[in-house]
Amino acid sequence: MSAHYPALVVVIPLVAAFLVLIGSLLNKRLAFPLAALALLGALLASIGLLIRVMQVGVVEYHLAGWAPPIGIAYRVDHLNALVLVAVASVAFINLLGTRPLVADLFEDRLGPFYTLYVLLVTGLLGIVVTGDAFNLYVLLEIAALTGYALVGMGEGRAPLASLNYIFMGTVGASFYLLGIGYLYLVTGTLNMADLAARLPALYPSRVVVSAFVICLAGLCLKMGFFPLHAWLPNAYSHAPDPVSSLVAPLMTKVMVYVMVRIMLFVFTPAFAFDLMTISAPMVWLAVIAIVAGSFLALSTRRIKRMLTYIIVAEVGYMVGGFWLGNRLGISGAILHIINDAVMTLCVFLTAAAIIARTGSDRIDDMQGLFKKMPVTMAVFVIAGLSIIGVPPTCGFFSKWYLISGALAAGQYGFVGALLLSSLINLVLFFRIFEIAYFEPFEAQHGEHSPGPGRVLSEVQEAPLETLAPLVVTAGLLFALGIYAGDIVSLIIDQAIPVGIL
Amino acid sequence: MDTLISIKPLLAILVSLLAVPLIATSRSPNVREGWTFLAAIVKFAIVASMLPAVMSGMEISYKLVEVLPGLSIAFRVDAFGMLFALVASFLWIITSAYSIGYMRGLDEHAQTRYFSFFAVSLSAAVGVAFSANLLTMYLFYEMLSLATYPLVTHHQDKEARTSGRKYLLYTVGASIGLVLPAMLLTYQLTGSLDFSPQGVLAGNASRGTVALLLFMFVFGFAKAAIMPFHSWLPAAMVAPTPVSALLHAVAVVKVGVFSIVRVVTGIFGTELLHNFGLSTPLLFVAATTILVGSFIALSQDNLKRMLAFSTIAQLSYIVLGTALLTPKGVTGGMVHIAMHAFGKITLFFCAGAIFVATGKKNISEMTGIGRRMPFTMLAFFFGALSIIGMPPCGGFLSKWYLVLGALQADKIAIVVVLLFSSLLNAAYFMPVVYRAFFCPPEEALFEARIQEAPFFCVAPLVITAVISIGLLIYPQPFMQLATMAAAKFTGF
Repeated sequence: MSAHYPALVVVIPLVAAFLVLIGSLLNKRLAFPLAALALLGALLASIGLLIRVMQVGVVEYHLAGWAPPIGIAYRVDHLNALVLVAVASVAFINLLGTRPLVADLFEDRLGPFYTLYVLLVTGLLGIVVTGDAFNLYVLLEIAALTGYALVGMGEGRAPLASLNYIFMGTVGASFYLLGIGYLYLVTGTLNMADLAARLPALYPSRVVVSAFVICLAGLCLKMGFFPLHAWLPNAYSHAPDPVSSLVAPLMTKVMVYVMVRIMLFVFTPAFAFDLMTISAPMVWLAVIAIVAGSFLALSTRRIKRMLTYIIVAEVGYMVGGFWLGNRLGISGAILHIINDAVMTLCVFLTAAAIIARTGSDRIDDMQGLFKKMPVTMAVFVIAGLSIIGVPPTCGFFSKWYLISGALAAGQYGFVGALLLSSLINLVLFFRIFEIAYFEPFEAQHGEHSPGPGRVLSEVQEAPLETLAPLVVTAGLLFALGIYAGDIVSLIIDQAIPVGIL
Repeated sequence: MDTLISIKPLLAILVSLLAVPLIATSRSPNVREGWTFLAAIVKFAIVASMLPAVMSGMEISYKLVEVLPGLSIAFRVDAFGMLFALVASFLWIITSAYSIGYMRGLDEHAQTRYFSFFAVSLSAAVGVAFSANLLTMYLFYEMLSLATYPLVTHHQDKEARTSGRKYLLYTVGASIGLVLPAMLLTYQLTGSLDFSPQGVLAGNASRGTVALLLFMFVFGFAKAAIMPFHSWLPAAMVAPTPVSALLHAVAVVKVGVFSIVRVVTGIFGTELLHNFGLSTPLLFVAATTILVGSFIALSQDNLKRMLAFSTIAQLSYIVLGTALLTPKGVTGGMVHIAMHAFGKITLFFCAGAIFVATGKKNISEMTGIGRRMPFTMLAFFFGALSIIGMPPCGGFLSKWYLVLGALQADKIAIVVVLLFSSLLNAAYFMPVVYRAFFCPPEEALFEARIQEAPFFCVAPLVITAVISIGLLIYPQPFMQLATMAAAKFTGF
C-alpha cells in the first residue's frame, strides 16, 4: 500500500472526481461527502508519502510498471512531498470551510462544481508529484482548464475575467510546452532526471538557452509574476468566493514550485544561477513585483482585490528569494510556498465568510465587524499579522530566511523591498481592522444606501462549519511558525541540492 | 554565574495571558475584576519568588522551543530583567485597583475589552523583561505594540483613531523597518542573538557597521520615545488614564528603554562601544531628548500632555545613564526605571483622579484644586519631587548616581545637562502645585470643601506616593539589582 502512495495521491482524487459526478446524478447531496472523502484520501496519502520520504529518501514510482523513458515516472523527494501535503491540506480545509457557501451559491450545480473542484486539485497534486516534464504539462492543463471553468462560474464579470485568464494561461502553458519541446529535441527525453543528466553536455547550445528562457517566461506568466500578472487580480477577485479561496492559495504557489523544480532539477543550479546571468535581474524584477503589488493593494478598497494584489507581491517574495541563489534564499522561497499557501487560504476564507454575511466586499462595509463576527475577525487578525510578518506566526519566519538570504547575497534592494512590503501590509490590514473596530453599525444607517448588501444590523457570526476550519487554519499559522526551524532543517534542507551554499 | 533551570519565568508571563479568557467571559464586573486582581497578584508572587535566587547572583533560565537552528524562544531572568519585571508586575496590582475606580467612576464603555488587553500587555512586558535573546524580545515587543492598540484607541472616536494610527506607525513601523533588519544583520554577522554580558558583536563587525546597527536599534525601539521618534507618546494620551499611567509611563515606554539598554549591554557590549567611541553620539541623542522634551513640557497646558513630554525627557535619562558606560552611570540609569515608574505613575494617577472628580484636563483650570483634593495634590507634589530628583523622594537617588556616573566618565557637559534638566522639571511641575495650594481664595476655582475622587482612585496614588518617598530611605531591592546588573555589564 505505502509503496503506491505516489500514484494514490493522484489516482484517488482522479477516480473520485468521476464518482462525484455520477453520485451527484443520483443524489446531489452525495457530491460533497464524496469530494471530501477523495481529498481526505489524497491528504492522507501525501502525509504518508512525506513520512516515507523523510524515512527512506527519494521515492521512485513507475506508473503501471513502465520504466522511463517509455513510461511516466513519479519521483518524490522532500520538496514535492512537502508541497503535496500543503496542497492537499489547503484544498481539504477549503472544501470543508466553504460547504455552506457552495450549497448556497451552486444549489443546482453541486455535482459539476465538486467534480471540477476535485479535478483541479488532482491536476495540482499531479503537477507536484510528477517527475516527467511533459506529464507536468498535461496536468498543468487539467488544473488550468478546470480552473477556468470554476472561475467562470461566478457572477458579473467573472466570465470575462475567466476568458482573459484562459488567454494568458494558455500562452503561459504553451511557452512551457515549447520550451520542453526544445529540450526533447536535443536530448530525446522528457524525464526530468534524464534531462538533468543529459543537459550539462549541451549547455553551450542555443537551443538549451532558448528552452530555458521560454520555459521561464511561460512559468512567470502562469504564476502572475509582475509585470505578467495582469490576469490574476481579475480572475481571482471575480471568481466565486469558494473558488478564490482554493485557486488563490494554490495556483501561484504550485507554479512557483514548478519553477523551483525545473530550475534546480532539470537545468541544474550551475546552469540556472551561474551560466545564465539572470539571477540579479530576476531579483530586481522581484523587487519591482513586491513594490508594485504592495502599492496596487493600497489603491483598492475591495477586500478580495486587495488580497490578490498582495499575492502579486508575495510571488515576488518567492521568485526573488529563489533567484538569490543561496541556500537561505531558496529555503525561504520554499518555506514561503507553504506558509503563503496557508496564509492566503486563511485570508480568502475569512473574506468569503465575511462577504457571505455582509453581502459586500468593500472594506468600508466592514464597520463594526469585530462586534458582529468576533471569531472570524480574530482569525483575520492572525492571518493579517502573519502576512505582515509578526512572530511567532509563520509569515515572520519565511521573511526571516528571505531577508537573511538577501543579506548574505548582498541584495540590499530585496531587503528593502521586503521591509517596505511588510510596512505596507501593516497599513493595509490595520486600515481594515480600524474600520471594523471603530465604526459601529448604527453610525452608517441612513448615511449612504446599503446597496446590494444585506441589512447590516442582521449580520451575525459565520456558521460553525466555516469557523472550525478557520480556527484550524489560524492554528496552523502559529504551528508553521513555531516549527519553521524544523521544517527547514528536516525537510527543505534535504530538498536543496548539496552544491548550493 | 550559576544558572537555574525553571519554568517560573514562563509562568510569570503566561499568568496574565491565561487570565484573559476568564476576564472576557466573566458575567459580572466584580468577578471580572476579581480575576484581574488574582492574576496580578499571582504574577507578582511568581516574579517575587525568583527574587532571592537572583539577588544571590543566580540566573534563572528556561528554553521554550527552538524555532530556528540555534535560535530559541527562551527566557533568562537576570538582575536587570528582574528589576523591570518587579516594577511592572507590582504596579499592575495597584493600577488594577485604580482602573476600577477610574473606569467605573467615569462609567466607561467596553471595560471587559479594556481589562483583557491590559492583561495581555502585562504578559508582553514581562516577556520582554525575561527574554534571553533578541528574537524572543522582538516577539514580545511586537505583541505589546499590538495589545496596547485597542487600549490607546479605547474611546473609538476620531481623535483616538488618529492617535492609534500614529501609535502603530511609530512603534510597529520602526520595529519592522529598523529593528528587524538590524537583528537579521546582527545574526548574519555573529550567528547568535543571545544576550551576553560582553555583547556578541565584538570582533565581528567594523566600526561603521556597529554605528549603523546602534542607530537602527536605538531609533527602532521607538517605544523609548527618543527624539525624533517621540511624537506617538503625547498622541497616545487620548487613552484612559490608567493606560497612560501604567503603559505610557511604565510598561510600554520602559520596554522601549529596557530594550535599548538590553541591546547596548547584551549585543554590543559596553567595552565595544567604548573602544569605538560610540558613547558620545548616544549621549548626544539622549541629552537632546532630555532638554527638548523638558522645554516642550514647559509650554503644555493639558496636564497629561505635559506628563507625556516629561516622560519623554525622563526616559532618556535611562539611555543616557547606559551610554555613560560607567558602573555608576549604568546603575543610575537602571534604578531610574524604578524611581521614575513610581513617581510618574503617581502623577498620572493624580491627573486621572482630577479628571474623574472634576472633569478638568488643563492646568489652567486647576487653580485652587488643592483645597478640594488635598490628598491627590499632595501626592502630586511628592511625585513631582521624585521626578525632579529632590529629596525626600527616590528620584534623588537615581539622579545622584547619574551625576556620579557622568563625573566618573569625565563628561562635565552631561552633569550640566542633568542639573539644568532638573531645573526645567521644577519649572514645569512646581507651578502646578503652587497654583493648586497657594492661590488667593478669590482666584480659586474650587470650593474649600474636600471632595476627592472615588476611594479606588485615591488609595493607589497615595500608596505610590508613599513608596516614592520610601524608596529614598530604603531603595531595595531595586538598588541592589541595578548595582548587580551594572557590575555584570560593565565588568567592574
